[in-house]
Amino acid sequence: MEQLTISHVSKKYGRQVILEDLNCQLAPGKIYGLLGRNGAGKSTLLNIITGRIFPTNGTVALDKLGTNDQDRVLGQFYLMSESNLYPKRTTIQRMFDLADGSYGHFDYQNANRLLKAFGIDAKIQLSKLSTGLQTAAKLVVALNVNANYVFLDEPTLGLDANHRELFYKELVKSYQEKPRTFVLSTHLIDEIQQLVEHVLILADHHLIEDADVETLLDRAYTVTGPANLVDQYVAGLRVLSADQLGTVKTAYVFDQLDDQRVIPDQVKVGHYDLQKLFIGLTNGGSENE
Amino acid sequence: MQFHFDESAPLYQQIAAQLEEMIFSGAFPEGSQVPSTTQLSTELHINPATVLKGMNVLVDKDLIEKRRGRGMFVTAGAQEKIMQTRKESFYKDYVKSLVLEAHKLGITKQHLLELIERGENDGTVNN
Repeated sequence: MEQLTISHVSKKYGRQVILEDLNCQLAPGKIYGLLGRNGAGKSTLLNIITGRIFPTNGTVALDKLGTNDQDRVLGQFYLMSESNLYPKRTTIQRMFDLADGSYGHFDYQNANRLLKAFGIDAKIQLSKLSTGLQTAAKLVVALNVNANYVFLDEPTLGLDANHRELFYKELVKSYQEKPRTFVLSTHLIDEIQQLVEHVLILADHHLIEDADVETLLDRAYTVTGPANLVDQYVAGLRVLSADQLGTVKTAYVFDQLDDQRVIPDQVKVGHYDLQKLFIGLTNGGSENE
Repeated sequence: MQFHFDESAPLYQQIAAQLEEMIFSGAFPEGSQVPSTTQLSTELHINPATVLKGMNVLVDKDLIEKRRGRGMFVTAGAQEKIMQTRKESFYKDYVKSLVLEAHKLGITKQHLLELIERGENDGTVNN
C-alpha cells in the first residue's frame, strides 16, 4: 500500500483563507483523528484529499501519483460525509450497489449484518431515515467499501450512545480484518482518544499538531499546588491554561518536564487527556470564522 | 473482566498492568489463554497497536507467551514472578508512602507500629 502525501496545500475562497500551506503524510494501515474547531477546515481538507474539490495550491499524491488526475488513485479513497451526494430516492441497497460499482468487491455480507445491527431495512430510502440512522447507513457503506483510505467526516453525527459504541467496535473489527487507513474527523475527542493512533490538529488554517497520541500525552502534565510554587516550577515551560481556586493552582503544561527541577512536596504532577489538550491548544483562534 | 483506564499513565502500560493483576489474582491461571489483541481491542475499542504494545510488555516480562496459531497463554511460574517483583517494590510503593503520610499526620513511630499490629489482627488480612 502507498503512502499519502499532502504537500503545500492551500485553499482560498476569494480573500478568505481556509487552509494555508498544509503539509502532512498519512501512512497506510493506520487510524487517524483529524481534530479542529468548527470552521477550522477539516471538511475542506477531506474534500481536497478525496478530489471532491480542488486546492488553490499544492498537491495530494499517493506515492508519486497525483490524485487529481488519476482514477486509479481516487479509487483507493472513500469519503463519508454529511452531505448526501446520492440521487433523491436512493435506497440503502442501491448505495451498496453504487459502492460496489465504483470500488468493486463490496462486502455485502458484512454490510447486511451491520445494517441489521443498526436496525435498518435495506429497501428503505436514505432520505426517509432520521439523521442518526442516515449516518449509520453511510457508515455501513464506509466500513464495507473496498478502499485503502477511508475518510469519515463526523462519523457519529446524530448517533445515539448505543450506536456510537456499535460503530467503534465495528470499526476496530473491520480494521483488524483488513488493515487500512481510517481518518476520523470528530468533536467527540473523549470517545476516540483510545481508538486513534495518531492525531492531526487543525487551527488557524494550519496543522498545529501532527503526532501520535501517546507522544502528545507524554508532554501533557498538570502541576497542582500553592500558586507561587506552581508558578516557580512551571517558569519557562509552555503552559496552555491554568485554573485557580483560592491559592491552589493547576497549570496545564504542554512541554517536557525538566528533570533537573526539584518538585516541591506540596506540588503534585499528574496528566490530563487529549480533549483538555485540544481545548488548550485551540482556544481563541478559529472561533469567529 | 473489567478494565478501568485513567490519565495516570500511557494506555498501553495500564493495559499491561491490569492484565498482570488478572494473572496475579488467578483470573487467568497459568497455562490458560489470555484474550487476544483482537478481542481486547474490539471490546474496549482501543487501537490494536496500543493493545499489542501492552501485551508485549507482558511477553517481555515472560508472563505470557505466544503459541503459534493458537494465541497468547500465561506462562508457568508467572504468578511467582509477579509476586517477586511486587515484593521488591513493596518498600518503595507502600512502606515509604505509609511512613510519609504518618509523618504528615504526626503519628509517632510507636503508634504506627501499633496500627500495623491492629491491621494484622483486624481480620482485614486473610492469611
